[in-house]
Amino acid sequence: MKVPPLAAHVAVLIGAALISALASAAPQSPAPERARELVHIVRQDCGSCHGLTFKGGLGPALTPEALADKPAEGLVATIVGGRPGTPMPPFQTILSEAEAEWIVDQLMRGFPPDAGLPPASDAR
Amino acid sequence: MSVTKVRLAPPAVWGLVLSGMVMLLSACSTTPPAPLRGTGDLGVVIERADGKVKVIETTGRGVLATVGGLGDLSHASVVFSRDGRHAFVFGRDGGLTKVDLLERRIVGRVVQAGNAIGGSISHDGSLVVVQNYEPGGIKAFDANTLELLADVPATTEDGTRSKVVGLADLSGKRFIYALFEAGEIRITDFSDPRNPVTQRFEGGKQPYDALVTPDGRYYIAGLFGEDGLALIDLWNLDKGSRKILSGYGRGEQPLPVFKMPHLRGWSVAGGRAYLPAIGRHEVLVVDTDTWEEVGRIKVKSQPVFAMARPDGREIWVNFAFPDNGWVQVIDTVTGTVTDTLQPGRGILHMEFLSKGHEVWLSARDDNKVVIYDTASKQQIGGFDSASPSGIFFTTRAARTGF
Repeated sequence: MKVPPLAAHVAVLIGAALISALASAAPQSPAPERARELVHIVRQDCGSCHGLTFKGGLGPALTPEALADKPAEGLVATIVGGRPGTPMPPFQTILSEAEAEWIVDQLMRGFPPDAGLPPASDAR
Repeated sequence: MSVTKVRLAPPAVWGLVLSGMVMLLSACSTTPPAPLRGTGDLGVVIERADGKVKVIETTGRGVLATVGGLGDLSHASVVFSRDGRHAFVFGRDGGLTKVDLLERRIVGRVVQAGNAIGGSISHDGSLVVVQNYEPGGIKAFDANTLELLADVPATTEDGTRSKVVGLADLSGKRFIYALFEAGEIRITDFSDPRNPVTQRFEGGKQPYDALVTPDGRYYIAGLFGEDGLALIDLWNLDKGSRKILSGYGRGEQPLPVFKMPHLRGWSVAGGRAYLPAIGRHEVLVVDTDTWEEVGRIKVKSQPVFAMARPDGREIWVNFAFPDNGWVQVIDTVTGTVTDTLQPGRGILHMEFLSKGHEVWLSARDDNKVVIYDTASKQQIGGFDSASPSGIFFTTRAARTGF
């Protein structure tokens, strides 16, 4: 059976839209080891200003409720580039933009608990 | 008049009751009494993720007990009662918990604010004062009962409240602190605890923490928003505050600060103060007579704590993420870094024994407290602890500004 050209175009367009929507809804997860490390960094080291439970401190709260009305792109830009004039430093030397996107997505969903770092190897 | 006949229990019952009492009494006497002990070698380690504290003993270099139920302890700090028996633990969630170090249990707890950052105790030991981020201000509590005595909001003319940082105890039930957003320094006098009186001073842009010198004479607030620190001579309050070390960054682009430094009177040694720079990988050295810069020492990363060993001969420095696995030791005579150590991963805090021969370090990411001999720079002990942060010894009870 021959597919009409118009239907093919529509199908391709819908497929592309679906894929991009999915991609923007869920940034790609880092590898499990890196994800564990990022969760630890965010909980512990971001937590020194934002609180271990993200209810805020010197920095503002980062709970899903607190972030609900904030655009994700702005939050990613703050993580990567910092916020001049405030104590929020740029983390571009620590993580990639894709990782910042994943962190923002996780924060907005409710951040996973910290499993700690893997035990140190004897070769320290 | 009728005679009431008193009825005694049958002898068999008496036999049972009496023998039971004897057994109970003898059981009591065989329970060994709690051994008498002092508290001078005790302390507390914060286990920040679990809302627990470990009660530790420095003589045996070990843990006596773990006490739970203290809430969110990220950025928790501790002050001690004058007799060194009780620890007042200030939690991030506004919890103020009083722990009895001898009975090793919580004897009082209030949740007094939404978001707190630390506290202090009056020189006479009667008042515990908490500094709060949310709602911004300080609150005074009866140290015995934890009853709220006064609430002093950190409000400015425009009606906004500021986060309070750098709280320290002064003589005469007075407390000094700084307002992060408003850039002010304030002194509140609790001589009449329910009717506090507050004086205001200029501070500087975004004070992040502060210290009172060990003699109680000077208050120094570190500023995040400008290159410099604010200084108040507490013996000459009419002169107000002034800036010291202005422009120490020399106009250069500051490096990222992944963790705010902490200031306390431990940074003063031998007529000099050793202060962490902000956004520069340096420790600034200031003469405490002239308050002029007399040197700066390059260190590995952004310093967080620059702590003098109590004899003043060395300054131990730890660093912000991602270099928090390192510790450097500065010799105060030569002004150079003499040792670079890796005591563990995530070194958040250091605490010296009062004579300086040992230092205890919390290695958060290794879930350990490690103990170093400060002469040999070798590890001489340690124990497991879940995500340890602050370490506080009861010897702080005797010091101003702790």
